[in-house]
Amino acid sequence: QGTRYDQERLLRKSCTLYVGNLSFYTTEEQIHELFSKSGDIKKVIMGLDKVKKTACGFCFVEYYARGDAENAMRYINGTRLDDRIIRTDWDAGFKEGRQYGRGRSGGQVRDEYRQDYDAGRGGYGKTVQ
Amino acid sequence: MSRRRHSDDSDAGQPHKRRRTSEPSEIEERLESLICRVGEKSNSSLESNLEGLAGVLEADLPNYKSKILRILCTVARLLPEKLTVYTTLVGLLNARNYNFGGEFVEAMIRQLKECLKVNMYNEAVHLVRFLSDLVNCHVIAAPSMVAMFENFVSVTQEEDVPQVRCDWYMFAFLSSLPWVGKELYEKKDAEMDRLLSQTESYLKRRQKIHVPMLQVWTADKPHPQEEYLDCLWSQIQKLKKDRWQERHILRPYLAFDSVLCEALQHNLPPFTPPPHTEDSVYPMPRVIFRMFDYTDDPEGPVMPGSHSVERFVIEENLHCIIKSHWKERKTCAAQLLSYPGNNKIPLNYHIVEVIFAELFQLPSPPHIEVMYTTLLIELCKLQPGSLPQVLAQATEMLYMRLDTMNTTCVDRFINWFSHHLSNFQFRWSWEDWSDCLTQDLEKPKPKFVREVLEKCMRLSYHQRIIDIVPASFSVLSPANPVCIYKYGDESNRSLPGYTVALCLTIAIKNKASNDEIFSILKDVPNPNQDDDDGEGFSFNPLKIEVFVQTLLHLAAKSFSHSFSALAKFHEVFKTLAESDEGKLHVLRVVYEVWKNHPQMIAVLVDKMIRTQIVDCAAVANWIFSSELAHDFTRFYIWEILHSTIRKMNKHVLKIHKELEETKARLARQHKRRDSDDDDDDDDRSTDREDGPLEEQIERLQEKVESAQSEQKNLFLVIFQRFIMLLTEHLVRCETGGIDVFTPWYKSCIERLQQIFLQHHQIIQQYMVTLENLLFTAELDHHILAVFQQFCALQA
Repeated sequence: QGTRYDQERLLRKSCTLYVGNLSFYTTEEQIHELFSKSGDIKKVIMGLDKVKKTACGFCFVEYYARGDAENAMRYINGTRLDDRIIRTDWDAGFKEGRQYGRGRSGGQVRDEYRQDYDAGRGGYGKTVQ
Repeated sequence: MSRRRHSDDSDAGQPHKRRRTSEPSEIEERLESLICRVGEKSNSSLESNLEGLAGVLEADLPNYKSKILRILCTVARLLPEKLTVYTTLVGLLNARNYNFGGEFVEAMIRQLKECLKVNMYNEAVHLVRFLSDLVNCHVIAAPSMVAMFENFVSVTQEEDVPQVRCDWYMFAFLSSLPWVGKELYEKKDAEMDRLLSQTESYLKRRQKIHVPMLQVWTADKPHPQEEYLDCLWSQIQKLKKDRWQERHILRPYLAFDSVLCEALQHNLPPFTPPPHTEDSVYPMPRVIFRMFDYTDDPEGPVMPGSHSVERFVIEENLHCIIKSHWKERKTCAAQLLSYPGNNKIPLNYHIVEVIFAELFQLPSPPHIEVMYTTLLIELCKLQPGSLPQVLAQATEMLYMRLDTMNTTCVDRFINWFSHHLSNFQFRWSWEDWSDCLTQDLEKPKPKFVREVLEKCMRLSYHQRIIDIVPASFSVLSPANPVCIYKYGDESNRSLPGYTVALCLTIAIKNKASNDEIFSILKDVPNPNQDDDDGEGFSFNPLKIEVFVQTLLHLAAKSFSHSFSALAKFHEVFKTLAESDEGKLHVLRVVYEVWKNHPQMIAVLVDKMIRTQIVDCAAVANWIFSSELAHDFTRFYIWEILHSTIRKMNKHVLKIHKELEETKARLARQHKRRDSDDDDDDDDRSTDREDGPLEEQIERLQEKVESAQSEQKNLFLVIFQRFIMLLTEHLVRCETGGIDVFTPWYKSCIERLQQIFLQHHQIIQQYMVTLENLLFTAELDHHILAVFQQFCALQA
């Protein structure tokens, strides 16, 4: 319960967003361009496949100011990047290791089990392949 | 007060929505909720809801009077789009409880005075309008309202006050008349006539030098861009001619006339406008943005004319809705679309016009630009059969009028359009714009298309852009954003520094340290060896060239790679760029390497400023240097300059804040020492820090002064360079007998205006210096006019 309170406190002060549902082909440059519309970006950390070390469809965007991150949540969340609706969420802060997917095959968990075909995310889910 | 009524996916707020301090009782929360919700979509009629609510509140008055007063005052201030709903409610309450009505009026006057004292002028207008509508609800006696307006108008007789002060009081008076003009004129026609004639003479004599600076288009066709008071005056004159008949405003109180006219009215206490002080900051003047008229939607309901009071009320209400809901785009879109009168007015056109009015507003939009993009997308989602067509029509119209559109507004148009397209697979009928292909590339239309395509590429990738435009548009397509490495090819081996570049490449790939890099660079000859600069460390452009070219080339893969490179070899950068010429040269080399990738240049410049490899003045000088003349009118250059200025401004604010915080800590410490209280054990341990705190304050004071001086210097450099550049052009044109007004000139003079407008608060501090040093009477009148227009903004 202590850690949950701490976690919520971190989220409330955070300037970092988790960004999901990216295409594997979306570049840091594209992310930087889009998310700069709500303020100056401190850092973009691309999410990587743990095995292949290639982009696996998520990233972290850290702003200098909390207000800029809030505006990203208001106006960039739920809009399109590379023709895909992307989702943003508050993140407690990047820590080394969190840039890797946690799925068994190295990518994100959601790409392990999904049944649909998604050309921007490696085709079928890993278990289907 | 929480106005959040819908659970929202795009909620940016905190996980906890309940207040943590005193938990309000359930009944108070319920009252707040009932009052906020009245007027929203409901199964019952508005009248029966109001009647019911009035009954509930009347019953709760004995126990919750102050809370109810507070909530009603707040909705009057913050929900102006529901003005008449709440004035009716207050009217009903007054009819049932005369004393409550009186207390409410007193509370409103107190709130009005408070708002004026703290420069909350926009909200004060809503309060004035609310009070005036209370006349219609028989809460306030008409003569006392007229008396208040007489005091407002008499502000125009004050001496030595800024025009913007008189403007506000005039606006507060005129903008209430659509609601209450009829009633006031019926009761006090002589007084009203006098007020209106005083208004007319004020409007005739007030100066309007500032207007050109605030206009979105420089042309008056098809719609004149009117100054806001002039437009409002025309609307009120027309209203008077129509015998004050106003049919657009929803007036729920009409249904309760029999009840309300039995009520006793209150007299407003005499209201003296608070005097002008040094701290008073009045709203800036505005120009009314118009892009549509009744000819643009021939099938639908007729759009009210530009001088009709209906147009004013609709626009006011739509702006108020955006102001209330801008943080929640889905709610905002829904609220805009449920504006009453949907079948009598072409609502989609009004909404699009109001949104673009805000997006293009000068000096700045009321809200962050990206909000408008996503708001329009939400509106398209809610009205897929109609709104996208209106938006396409608007885009076409804006494109057609690019030749006379203010450069700053074109910037915003570019950003909006490219971002919008990226949400709709970049689908657009580009062939419709083929006319721009035959024009000089520097003309506004082809320039606009080029910049849009460049921005579209940043949101996608190069090949995508090649694919989405017709082949004929290739001349406008952006360059492939690849790095240019001058030492890359064997054929370049005769270039000075080539071998060192090879050496460096290998060293860096082998994870060389800064020291190793220094020793490799030691062997680079200095082409400036013969120039005696007298300084200890001489500037060696070749060293800089070889190092920066090689490093940026090796790190070209992504922004992250480049940032790591800057960080790893920070020491080398700092040393090479120690002098002013060094800084300038670093920037030049960055440009040479990355001129195909403006986005990369921008992020590198940003990083180099933040890590103090270059300073803001160096960036300003680089932008105005001859090497960049070719790119001078490109959008990315001005993004870089304004971003640089913003960083400088934020830096000054940050240190200032640190200084204030440290001063406050010292003050608290002194207070603790002076008081006899010793129950704060923790704080006592910090008492010993007094000396260090004072030292800290002294250091911070110096830091603030040095930062402010750097900030002022930055602006002076920028203005100086503008003046030089523009004067050169003007002299050349005059001696050559050519027309001054080339596309380059228009762009440059508007960029100068943009500096003034975007950073007006800071620049106000330098007025004396600017007047005496730079914008003197000897200056060409074209350039001086910009300065004079700026001075007129807050005069």
